[in-house]
Amino acid sequence: MNRSELVRELERIVGAAGVLSEPADLLVYEYDGSVDGAVETASPSAVVLPTTTAQVAAVVKLANKVQLPVVPRGAGTGLSGGAVAQAGGIILALTRMDAVLDVDPIDRTALVEPGVINLELSEFTRGNGFFFAPDPSSQKACTIGGNVAENSGGPHCLKYGVTTNHVLALEIVLPDGSVVWTGNSGDGAPGYDLTAALVGSEGMLGIVTKALVRLTPVPPVTSVMLAAFPEMDAASHAVTSIIGAGILPAALEMMDNLTIQAVEPAYHAGYPMDAGAVLLIELDGAAAEVEETSAEIERLCLEHGSTLFKNATEAAERELLWKGRKMALAAMGRLAPNYYLHDTVVPRTKLPPTLARVHEISEEYDLPIANVFHAGDGNLHPLMLFDRRRVGDVERVLEASHHLIEHCVSVGGALSGEHGIGSEKRGYMTLVYTGEDLAAMAGVKRAFDAELRFNPEKMFPKGYVCGEVRGLRAQAAMQKHGIYPM
Amino acid sequence: MVVEAKLTEATTRNLGNFSGLDVPDDTLLRACVHCGMCLPSCPTYRLTGQEASSPRGRLWMMRAVADGRLELLDPSFDEQMYQCLNCRACEAVCPSGVHYGPLVEASRAQLEQHRPRPVWQRAARRAGLAWPFADIRRLRTMVNALRLYQRSGLAKVARRLGILQALRLADLEAMLPPISAAPLVAGKERWELRDAEHSAHLFNGCVMSTVFPEVNRATGRVLALNRYAVDVPTGQQCCGALHVHSGMMEEARVLARRNIEAFETTADEPIVVNAAGCGAALKEYDFLLKDDPDYAERARRFTARVRDITELLAAHPLEQPRQPVNRTVTFQEPCHLAHAQRISVQPRSLLGQVEGLRLVEMRESSLCCGSAGIYNVIRRRMADDLGDRKVKHALATGADEIVTANPGCAMQLRTSLRRSGATLPVRHIVEVLDEAYGGLDAHRTLVKEANEKGEQRRSD
Ligand SMILES: Cc1cc2nc3c(=O)[nH]c(=O)nc-3n(C[C@H](O)[C@H](O)[C@H](O)COP(=O)(O)OP(=O)(O)OC[C@H]3O[C@@H](n4cnc5c(N)ncnc54)[C@H](O)[C@@H]3O)c2cc1C
Ligand code: SF4
Ligand code: SF4
Repeated sequence: MNRSELVRELERIVGAAGVLSEPADLLVYEYDGSVDGAVETASPSAVVLPTTTAQVAAVVKLANKVQLPVVPRGAGTGLSGGAVAQAGGIILALTRMDAVLDVDPIDRTALVEPGVINLELSEFTRGNGFFFAPDPSSQKACTIGGNVAENSGGPHCLKYGVTTNHVLALEIVLPDGSVVWTGNSGDGAPGYDLTAALVGSEGMLGIVTKALVRLTPVPPVTSVMLAAFPEMDAASHAVTSIIGAGILPAALEMMDNLTIQAVEPAYHAGYPMDAGAVLLIELDGAAAEVEETSAEIERLCLEHGSTLFKNATEAAERELLWKGRKMALAAMGRLAPNYYLHDTVVPRTKLPPTLARVHEISEEYDLPIANVFHAGDGNLHPLMLFDRRRVGDVERVLEASHHLIEHCVSVGGALSGEHGIGSEKRGYMTLVYTGEDLAAMAGVKRAFDAELRFNPEKMFPKGYVCGEVRGLRAQAAMQKHGIYPM
Repeated sequence: MVVEAKLTEATTRNLGNFSGLDVPDDTLLRACVHCGMCLPSCPTYRLTGQEASSPRGRLWMMRAVADGRLELLDPSFDEQMYQCLNCRACEAVCPSGVHYGPLVEASRAQLEQHRPRPVWQRAARRAGLAWPFADIRRLRTMVNALRLYQRSGLAKVARRLGILQALRLADLEAMLPPISAAPLVAGKERWELRDAEHSAHLFNGCVMSTVFPEVNRATGRVLALNRYAVDVPTGQQCCGALHVHSGMMEEARVLARRNIEAFETTADEPIVVNAAGCGAALKEYDFLLKDDPDYAERARRFTARVRDITELLAAHPLEQPRQPVNRTVTFQEPCHLAHAQRISVQPRSLLGQVEGLRLVEMRESSLCCGSAGIYNVIRRRMADDLGDRKVKHALATGADEIVTANPGCAMQLRTSLRRSGATLPVRHIVEVLDEAYGGLDAHRTLVKEANEKGEQRRSD
């Protein structure tokens, strides 16, 4: 089947308006939200915008017939290249499947199509007194389908848990084009928990066409505190003491001075420009409890040298404080043309030494590194600022990144807290997993998708799933000697 | 003509497949980190779900042209540069501070320069945009003819015969309010009460002064009541916004220079505008003329003086309105107010000071209504979809009236309302304030009182 025949077939399934095949229209699907340079751009052969599950299934069947890869895509805000068609093929953009099909206030669930925007689901259900708890900073734009595929998290996941804790059941199109439901609305489903396997599978096992998600009641009282510290170190110790005191804030976020420099002039959130670090601490629950705990937090912060402590109880004030944090990442464009964002997780107690190591690396490679992260659960987001067009910058960033990731893994951390592996960090998988570990994962992949139809060239090190463990071992050995494929 | 004479003065450059005048600024272009945060705010993306119809997609295409990877004249590029409403919603939400407006305008200017257009099309564009707007007197003549048409009964006949339908002009005609008042001619009218403390100079606007002259007069009255002495400096022209949006930069520059000259004769006092689209354009004269050695500095001074009427009024507490306005209204935010000028709180705070008035917010109040300059004339389908969406949200509020602050939005809303069969009035925010102050009658009384007192004082 040649290209125009393929386009014709696709048009038969979704209609002419749902197929894109002009080079310029495909050009804009060669990226996602990931950093220039960290993920290779690649153009698909066609983009399809289905509106129903049946269309998705039919496209997948056609792809099998013509042996083309299929890459699901939501809003394309992913940070690990997940939605980029590395091996070409058909991109299934699910942005037109964006209906909230049902809200059940008794069961506290919502049935949604994958293209529904995260924040809009919360806005939609707020009238009923609910919200969708996983709140990635990209929530204004990213889709539920993408959230499921990346098992996304956000500031409030400290208390409420990440996406997987909020997904009850999924309608999935499998790589052979069949449509199945995993899980159910109840809590215990007998048999394998396929929902759990699919959440975080990065579009490699199945395409989510509907999701039954859990809704969380809007807490009666919310208050957001801002605490400024002269040094990062003092702020990290304050974090440790808050968690150590048995307090479980709804969110606990840290931003360093460089981040404040990017955000404050843009959003006037009220972060002191001269602070070494600020903490944002959110509490929610019953009024009396929130009040009591705020006082306790204030005491702990002051004890650790906080120079400014503010408690915002008004909605507008709270929103402004949060705005700075939520926009922090994207606002980095104001400091440098490019940034490389890391997403490693370290055990909370390893936070201070890890931040010290970040600082060292920054000096060593002469790279400004901003830190903005979920301090409460040790999910670090060091952000390296650079200019792709300056010779040697990309190399320096990649090398510095390698040292950073190595450090985090060596203190018992993880590669990715919430942004996924995608094509970006696939080369690092051997740092955390043994060949056997990876082989087990590859077994799951093959069980779902023996032909490697869905989202190829992701997550597993290059040539792994179809290759063999020996090749992987060789790669691991190469990495040990400082030669690491990206 | 002046247009050709000035052409050679601006700088010409090369950037990939861009070349000549008005090449998009490479640094501005690269500020986009393709994070995607702007996607949901973009009306065309919301309607199509296609990346190419999103700000990020359009910026990526521009970058591809700048990198020499995409032909300037690629049909998809052309399509996207013009499908964009230039509503600037993306700009207002972009965390990286990407200046989208100037980039899409430059890209259009590039297309205009390099696109081989059939001769008749060029001529038609000139006739449609360049000719009537190049001199305010021409437009006045045209509108006078239209008024005659509306009054003469010819309108009724034409409507009955379906001539308008056949010409696809029916909706166009419906967009226009009945034009009854005489155009506001610069230099001929001014507003000032006895207690004036400040001065302001009204930007008359081409459509505002001819199609909506009463809104301009209401603006004068409301300002006078708030202690401003207001005049309408002569020599001013159309702001050039429509030209900038259509990539006709040289024509826009000619108009900009004339406006700068017209207002230079007044001291460094505020230049007040009541059409959001004009205000946004006037506030960008500094960018438009940045490469003009004679005008760059003057344009900066001009730009610094421009104020939207709501911005100017909200700077001080309002003079207490005299009579309650017992209505429920909803506010349609003009893109060029909310996004391009980031003025969103001020109109609401003004409406909040009117006794009896209840403001209910509609969903997506700042999503483009589809007017977007002359977009609704050249891209009917997309504009209609956006207009219908807007009307649906407005009607859902149960308001008695839609308040806006831009003539284009008002016209678009009227058309969409008519299509939906609803009969909600659409009014400019200044008209509501004027009503609260008692309108023309109250103003006349005040002026009379002021004159009498003045005479008394003189005779004392
Ligand atoms: C400024 C910014 C801030 C961010 N902050 C956070 C944060 O705080 N926390 C966080 O976790 N992430 C964050 N992200 C990353 C990203 O927003 C999330 O990973 C998000 O869940 C991706 O959603 P999307 O709709 O954009 O998916 P896409 O980027 O389109 O796709 C992501 C992956 O999901 C797959 N996929 C998409 N839809 C489906 C579907 N229906 N079925 C199966 N697979 C599918 C794709 O194939 C791809 O592998 C941020 C990104 C940006 C740009
Ligand atoms: S324009 Fe701004 S918000 Fe949109 S993708 Fe680019 S950087 Fe992100
Ligand atoms: S100006 Fe408006 S229509 Fe154009 S890309 Fe930006 S948001 Fe979309």
